[in-house]
Amino acid sequence: MTNLLLDISTGTVDWARAQFALTAIYHWLFVPLTLGLALIMGIVETCYYRTGKAFWKEAARFWQRLFGVNFAMGVATGIILEFEFGTNWSNYSWMVGDIFGAPLAIEGIVAFFMESTFVAVMFFGWNKVSRGFHLASTWLTGLGATISAWWILVANAWMQYPIGQEFNPDTMRFEMTSFANVALSPFAVDKFCHTVTTSWIIGAAFTVAVSAWYLLKQRNTQLARQSIKIGAIVGLVATLLGALTGDNSAYMVAQTQPMKLAAMEGLYNGGTHQGLSVVALPGPFSQPDYENDVEPPYRIAVPNMLSILATHHADGYVPGVNDLLSGFTRPDGSKEPSAREKMTRGRRAIANLAQYRQLMTAAKTGKGDTAAAKAQAQKILPQLKADMPYFGYGYIKDVHHLVPNIPISFFAFRTMVGIGCLFILFFLVVLHYIYRLDISKPRWLLIAAIVMLPLAYIGSEAGWVVAEVGRQPWTIQDMLPVGAAVSGVSSGSIATTFFVFLFLFTTMLAVEISILCKQIKNYNFE
Amino acid sequence: MKARLKHFAVSVWHLYYDGFRSMTVGRTLWAVILIKLFIIFAVLKLFFFPNFIHEHAQKGQEAEFVSSQILKK
Repeated sequence: MTNLLLDISTGTVDWARAQFALTAIYHWLFVPLTLGLALIMGIVETCYYRTGKAFWKEAARFWQRLFGVNFAMGVATGIILEFEFGTNWSNYSWMVGDIFGAPLAIEGIVAFFMESTFVAVMFFGWNKVSRGFHLASTWLTGLGATISAWWILVANAWMQYPIGQEFNPDTMRFEMTSFANVALSPFAVDKFCHTVTTSWIIGAAFTVAVSAWYLLKQRNTQLARQSIKIGAIVGLVATLLGALTGDNSAYMVAQTQPMKLAAMEGLYNGGTHQGLSVVALPGPFSQPDYENDVEPPYRIAVPNMLSILATHHADGYVPGVNDLLSGFTRPDGSKEPSAREKMTRGRRAIANLAQYRQLMTAAKTGKGDTAAAKAQAQKILPQLKADMPYFGYGYIKDVHHLVPNIPISFFAFRTMVGIGCLFILFFLVVLHYIYRLDISKPRWLLIAAIVMLPLAYIGSEAGWVVAEVGRQPWTIQDMLPVGAAVSGVSSGSIATTFFVFLFLFTTMLAVEISILCKQIKNYNFE
Repeated sequence: MKARLKHFAVSVWHLYYDGFRSMTVGRTLWAVILIKLFIIFAVLKLFFFPNFIHEHAQKGQEAEFVSSQILKK
């Protein structure tokens, strides 16, 4: 049994992973509120456009101001991730350059031109442009941010499901064979839908929390009553859409990353008619003994539910960790090779790649019989191509390194889903009080609304933890593990910048929270 | 056409000029953005995040360098 805390190494790979995780987690504190508040302010301004009432105009300006604070704080936090690619993950960065170049360039252009143009009209254009043009600018600001998210998620989805590419051994790059397959891969579509709809939950939770605070303080009550209504409706719709898109995402994970699903579920041994764990308690600090245990302790499961989730059939076959390591036969008769077979093919791919490059170098430099060297190199290519889907397995030293951290994947998944379900209930209760009773009366509910805001963030971050921890050890699924993707930089330099970022981002977060709180506290609507 | 274009350019100029002049919280936010961009590009990028491949491989030899890195692991 591996102790997960003691197993964390002080080497380059783990520091580079820790730094990327830290940066991504902080970056993700700003992004979902941008996406979520964009929808809220768009709806509020549409109310102004339709009614012409000054109240809605002022309400729109209030939410846009809070959007502006968050937007400003989030600007350029994502660029640091790209710096990390170039420094800490240079092998990976080079190898995916052809794939990521287009999506990231489009993202940069869209983010810069669309958002900067329409943000300016949104903030500076009141009384300068027509109501319709202003409304369009507000929606386009949100749309720009959402399109921006699309391209980033396309890049992330490709790493998890690398389609539309072919490895070129001459350039050492995965080269794009189909832009459409990369940009519209089913994994990217599901990821985008789930990420955006769940970001709306954060926007809604924020709106409800701010409104609840005003109601508790008995200030700006008209703004609060109208805003909490919009927030709760958006929140309920978003949580239901989040559940639906989450179901699609889980199905996609089952098809493309079965090990991640097995880790999320703590499923050691698979089969048909698999139940979904509602309660279970794998040890939080150590990798469970999945080879010998039947299932995690104290497991209570909903019968057949995991099979339905993963295959859309109650009797569907879902492989567990041990099945994936030892290989298995699917109900349709097709065989999944064992991890050892994949490792053998991966090693053969690495050896063939080395030989191919050696021969091509000899051919280029004109040493010996260049024509024979070229011909020999060409003979290697078909086998290399056939083994390439398992290339990354060649770097795996022990089959157990193919199993991601089960406790983190398991608990993060339950945190995400649990908080999502709690939000459905919460928004229903809030709407019940809005439409049937009096939302300004129950102090407990208003306090709960404020407490729920950090929970929304925890749920959203937990989703990313499931996605990213669950796919370890891969940077590119099956083809490039983190150990091969990392640069030959010293762990000390990464550790230094890790703490620089920790300080920088914490300061930035404190500044954002402070400015937001000041804006909310000092605002007088009436 | 030229006059309309000029009118449009003047309107855009006024949109930005008046907008920036009348900012309240926006001034603080721009200050934060500029400080942040300075730290990110002039400090972090320059001193802590060099492009590893550009530093270690000759131009045009990047594939060779990456293959040597990948295949020796």
